[in-house]
Amino acid sequence: MQDHLDFTIVFVALAPFLAGFVAPLVQRFVGAASGWVLAIVPAGIFVFLLGFIAPVASGEVVTASLPWIPDYGISLSFLIDGLSLTFALLISGIGTVIVVYSGGYLKGHVHQGRFMSFILMFMGSMLGAVLADDMIVLFVFWELTTITSFLLIGFDHAREAARRAAIQALVVTGGGGLVLLAGLVMLHIWSIDASQETGTWLLSDMRENGELLRQSALYMPILLMVLVGAFTKSAQFPFQFWLPNAMEAPTPVSAFLHSATMVKAGVYLLMRMNPLLGGTDIWMALLTVFGGITLLWGATLALRQTDLKQMLAQTTVASLGLLVLLVGQGTEYAIAGACLYLIAHAAYKGGLFLVAGLIDHGTGTREITELGGLMKLMPLTFAAAVLGGISMAGLPLTLGFLAKEEMYLGFSEAGGLLPYAVMAVAVLGNALMMAVGLAIAIVPFFGGLTHTPHHVHEGPVSMSAGPLLMGLVALAGGISVGWLGENFLSPIAHAVSGHEFHAHLKLVPDFTALPVYVSILTWALGVFFFWRLTEIRTGLKALLDAVGWTFDKIFDALMWGLVRGANALTQVLHHGRLELYLVIVFVGFALAVGMPMLVHGGWPEIGAMPDLTFYEWGVIAIALIGLGAVLAARTRLVAIASLGIQGFAVALIFMLFGAPDLSFTQFMVEVLSVVILALVMTRLYLDRRDRRVPYEMVRDGSLAILCGAAISVLLLTILQYPLDMRLTELFAATSVPIAHGHNVVNVILVDYRGLDTFGEISVVMTAGIAIFALIRMRGGGKQTGIGARKPQGREVNRRTAS
Amino acid sequence: MNTVIFRTVVPWIAAIMIVFSVFVLLRGHNEPGGGFIGGLIAASAIAIYGIGGSVDEVRRAMKVDPLAIAGFGVVLAGASGLLSAFTGEPFMTSQWLFFTFADADVALSTPMFFDIGVYFVVFGTIAAVALALEEPEDEA
Repeated sequence: MQDHLDFTIVFVALAPFLAGFVAPLVQRFVGAASGWVLAIVPAGIFVFLLGFIAPVASGEVVTASLPWIPDYGISLSFLIDGLSLTFALLISGIGTVIVVYSGGYLKGHVHQGRFMSFILMFMGSMLGAVLADDMIVLFVFWELTTITSFLLIGFDHAREAARRAAIQALVVTGGGGLVLLAGLVMLHIWSIDASQETGTWLLSDMRENGELLRQSALYMPILLMVLVGAFTKSAQFPFQFWLPNAMEAPTPVSAFLHSATMVKAGVYLLMRMNPLLGGTDIWMALLTVFGGITLLWGATLALRQTDLKQMLAQTTVASLGLLVLLVGQGTEYAIAGACLYLIAHAAYKGGLFLVAGLIDHGTGTREITELGGLMKLMPLTFAAAVLGGISMAGLPLTLGFLAKEEMYLGFSEAGGLLPYAVMAVAVLGNALMMAVGLAIAIVPFFGGLTHTPHHVHEGPVSMSAGPLLMGLVALAGGISVGWLGENFLSPIAHAVSGHEFHAHLKLVPDFTALPVYVSILTWALGVFFFWRLTEIRTGLKALLDAVGWTFDKIFDALMWGLVRGANALTQVLHHGRLELYLVIVFVGFALAVGMPMLVHGGWPEIGAMPDLTFYEWGVIAIALIGLGAVLAARTRLVAIASLGIQGFAVALIFMLFGAPDLSFTQFMVEVLSVVILALVMTRLYLDRRDRRVPYEMVRDGSLAILCGAAISVLLLTILQYPLDMRLTELFAATSVPIAHGHNVVNVILVDYRGLDTFGEISVVMTAGIAIFALIRMRGGGKQTGIGARKPQGREVNRRTAS
Repeated sequence: MNTVIFRTVVPWIAAIMIVFSVFVLLRGHNEPGGGFIGGLIAASAIAIYGIGGSVDEVRRAMKVDPLAIAGFGVVLAGASGLLSAFTGEPFMTSQWLFFTFADADVALSTPMFFDIGVYFVVFGTIAAVALALEEPEDEA
């Protein structure tokens, strides 16, 4: 069954990333032709993947695995079966078209190279996500698609709307991804429980044990978390709002990410999880209800739109709903219908988006009400639109038709009232979508030529070839049913349902069965909706205006609340009063040091005063003189310098007790502290004198005594116990033989505990950057970004200084 | 502070301190010293130079922005730890190379480069802070 092809299929997911890195460079050298050049990568992957069709159709599963984090059993594992192969072919095939199209669409754009880079990286992420077998790998690529989608939606980052849409998509799908991660981790935990062993991260290892999982107590939480992940990604109600907003992205992005591939990742996940999680009543109920609502919601709102891209976006939401609904049914025909619809939708919807881009490019507008009579002027676009439109309407000979037949067959075969109710929802949704499809294929091209912002012109061949090709695929797929059924449908349905499946697709519908008549009903309804489109649109608009709120507004309100809440919390914690910060820090310090001794007892016994030599007394005297001078000092500068005296005395003590390194460092630190504190004083315009009121004197004084006492007691306590010399002995014994150093302190710092030191120097540098930035900000430098305050001259200085 | 004598000798003082700091840095593995102390000495040199001369003069003499030096230090320290990857050992396993050069025994090692990284970080960071503080406010 298994055929190991290490590395090559790993490379499928990684190659686009490599291409993404060089894309800006390629663009710089070849300009707009970069589309053609870079398309070699997805085209190569597509051709490479074509070679898997035959083995996969014969039931083989190809896997590849590289170790990644062996300690946790996580590996870069990829798997090609019918499901992942179909997705990967769609991604790389449409990706080729999109990359070529982007070359023409963004011709002359300053950041075309960057765009190409993002698109390619997205493609790599998406390929990785669908090929992944390891759940962590799946999650990583899943979130990478979110991040690249964020970059692509916000590509035109100078516009507020694009930035907002990008953040919205990131929050919704990224948040959903985190929930998914929790679900996947729980799935792993379940696998540990179930196998009584180390468990597994591989989905392929688990799929045989679906029955066990469905009876486990963890089933519900896992199901809900996976569903949240899938629903956010695939824009299911109530998370559907981000997808229409994502249309702020350039059109190739909308076609590729937000129609053909990325939004299908949720559907992919549901299909992938079907053998594990599917088949229960709750699975069916949740998927049917949410899928159905999403279908009707999207299809209805699509009619209300006048912007071509928005119309397409809403029907995409509807299509995703339909897919989820179909996966939820779980019957063979429903699954087969979903698989067919998936392929059909990717081809025609992607193509129609590109048509919308062509129209926008050629006329300067996407408002359907402003367009008309383009047929003669944009013949290729028209042809592509018609091809896409008939597929979307599901007319015979197209893939869309087959998909519809298959799903209706699924409902009618299941029998009973409920499937018929669901079928009614599907019919209504399909009819509404058909009306939109007709509107897009007909309205802009017939009638009289309207006045448009640009002089109407056909797009370049790089742009018109893609949508035409995709429209033809949607058509050719319908004609070559036998081949399609054998090579794609059966393998996918096998992967999704978990058991053998035999395609039975026929080009000529069976007029003795129900589905054909349901299809005819769908067309009739669709034509009716199209005929009354203007009235429906006006009515819907009035209705929605009457309701007044949208999911978008709810999202805004939530985000506003989050930001305000964070702000309020910050105001409490980060109030900007330095003295209060210091009081909190020192109180915390005294408590942390003193409390354990207070609670657990363990006060030290005060031993006899050791015999001190005269120079030791001398050092203590120096320290005391320094301290006295600090207290007696009249100006702050004198106090700071006096503190240095005390520090020098401590350094001398280190020296006397055989710690020259420590002593040396202490000297330098003291010197620099005094210098820097003195410099800070001059920069902060501090009063030369200390003007604390008596209450503050008492507070600060008692805090100081508390901290000092706590540390003294702690040190005395430590001295009560015998010093554990094991490490000292180890270091002393090994520092010369294995670390080649006689200075043990230094050897510890740079060798034994080098990683700690590495962390510390990173902190030192980061702190340095922060201090530097603070000093610069005070200097009246530019204050921009978060927390920027309007410069208030000396006002600011005084506040900080007080 | 700004006497002519001080202004004149301060570059020399700074230069001597820097040389001394390098000496302290390099002897660190066997005698008291090391990157941290060396960096502190070198930073003091810069601080004193900044007080005695002018900050502009110091910046010109340094040629490189002190924070960039600090960043280089972190990179150097990290990179020296990565060298062990080539021998298949865990991150930061020390690597030693002993050889004789012009009658002197030389010991090159990754901990030494690590220590030099520490030196640059401490030196760069504190010098940057000190210089920024010494700079007249309107120029900042």
